[in-house]
Amino acid sequence: MLAHAIFFYFFSFVAIISAIMVTVSKNTVHSVFFLILDFISISCLFIMIGAEFLGMIMLIVYVGAVAVLFLFVVMMLNVAQQKNQWFKSSDTSTHIPIGLIVSLIIFFELIIVIGGWKYKPDIIENFSDNLISNPTNTHTIGSVLYTEYIHLFQISGMILLVAMIGAIVLTFRKREGVKRQNYFSQISREKNQGVELVEVKSNEGVKIDV
Amino acid sequence: MEYINLLFSEIYKILYVLIPVLVSVAMIVWLDRRIWAFVQKRRGPNVVGPFGLFQTLADALKYIFKEIIIPASSNKVIFILAPIVTMTLALIAWAVIPFSEDYVLADINVGILYIFAISSLGVYGIIMGGWASNSKYPFLGSIRSAAQMVSYEVSIGVIIINVLLCVGSLNLSDIVLAQEKIWFVIPLFPMFVIFFISSLAETNRPPFDLPEAEAELVAGYQTEYSGMMYAMFWLGEYANILLMCALGSILFLGGWLAPMDTPLFEMVPPPVWLILKILFLFVLFALIKAIVPRYRYDQLMRLGWKVFLPFSLIWVVLTSGYLLYFDLLPVY
Repeated sequence: MLAHAIFFYFFSFVAIISAIMVTVSKNTVHSVFFLILDFISISCLFIMIGAEFLGMIMLIVYVGAVAVLFLFVVMMLNVAQQKNQWFKSSDTSTHIPIGLIVSLIIFFELIIVIGGWKYKPDIIENFSDNLISNPTNTHTIGSVLYTEYIHLFQISGMILLVAMIGAIVLTFRKREGVKRQNYFSQISREKNQGVELVEVKSNEGVKIDV
Repeated sequence: MEYINLLFSEIYKILYVLIPVLVSVAMIVWLDRRIWAFVQKRRGPNVVGPFGLFQTLADALKYIFKEIIIPASSNKVIFILAPIVTMTLALIAWAVIPFSEDYVLADINVGILYIFAISSLGVYGIIMGGWASNSKYPFLGSIRSAAQMVSYEVSIGVIIINVLLCVGSLNLSDIVLAQEKIWFVIPLFPMFVIFFISSLAETNRPPFDLPEAEAELVAGYQTEYSGMMYAMFWLGEYANILLMCALGSILFLGGWLAPMDTPLFEMVPPPVWLILKILFLFVLFALIKAIVPRYRYDQLMRLGWKVFLPFSLIWVVLTSGYLLYFDLLPVY
């Protein structure tokens, strides 16, 4: 039990410190690295309470995919060099109230979730009839997600698909003068199409570009 | 006292897996160079030790005694962290690999997800190294490598789903035991081929070694590294290759199971079968390095997203449809 407590406090300490460092650190790339550290320690906490499937999915999805894209964007845009001028300048500071509103909404949502968990314990007990019979929590999540919540699951999939199509449409533009390779014509090229033997007469030469 | 005993027994068990892995990484580097040389009618490393077996140890010794150069304009903390991350991630994934039914360090329920998560974390070592070097070629190499590894992970994930549908468990030992009747390489042969090619791309091996394409990028993300730090990148890379071979043999070639139930095969201890299968896959890796030219970057991306991903998704539908129709779905 002692080891459990030590690990719990270690991971939660790391999680909180790195969450603070995400917002505090000046270099944006460092912020993303602290965010990754935060994700990893949160997934360790998930594993410690026995939710190993959630912990692993957290690692795969957030750390392995989402944070890589974050890092990509931050490195490519070179936001690290802008430091904090953009944050202070008056004409672009419209994002501060929006950020405040979003964080307030998240805060109230957290309060609602914790309140529901604390004061309505029968909400959790309702699921528990088919949960106990399952051997691992992977089976448990699967048996709940694909039966009771199948519609919500499908709808969230559709929302992600629409978001993906929207992002592609927004960034798609037809450019002039772009050279493209046609794989089929490249592979199906024959010897006699690529090479031409020419009899060269003396003092006349050959015209190459036809 | 009890805790200390537990700690020492765990460390002993970890070393029992880790040291063979490290030694076999050294041997595998030698094997790789030898096979490469034989395909090209060269001798390869054959001077140090019998058949040149100790060549890698000599190289490692050379790297240890070389000076570690840290570029002045680099981000020093991340620059030093990058090879450590690569090496550590390549080694900790071995914790869940089952060498036989009871010879496994951590027999966890989500073993396959663990390996998948660790191999998807492997990209960070490369991105960190490339970015922290603060130089053009490493940065380009790391960007390429990140895009490549993320793309091919998607198809590897879908292929793993194919296998999991047939097994009904995420535990690696269960996956091996489910292949007692027939190895998955036979019913899922197209998936095995795609898995093999994707793992070439995932480990940045030729023909997908664009992150370190010498002709364009010097050495990609490891250009600025020297001495022990370079050697750590290198060890991590080969440990990752071995890990992908082990994963391929567990998912498709029946892990520690013998090919047939004959008394002669029963005499061979199970870990030997797994090692032989890993070696078989590694020889294929090495041969492909020698005989295939490098891909162009757009071809690589097209192969990942437009060929492998749709094909393996269709195969998921086929597999699940087949299992459902013939009522073969594993039920727990």
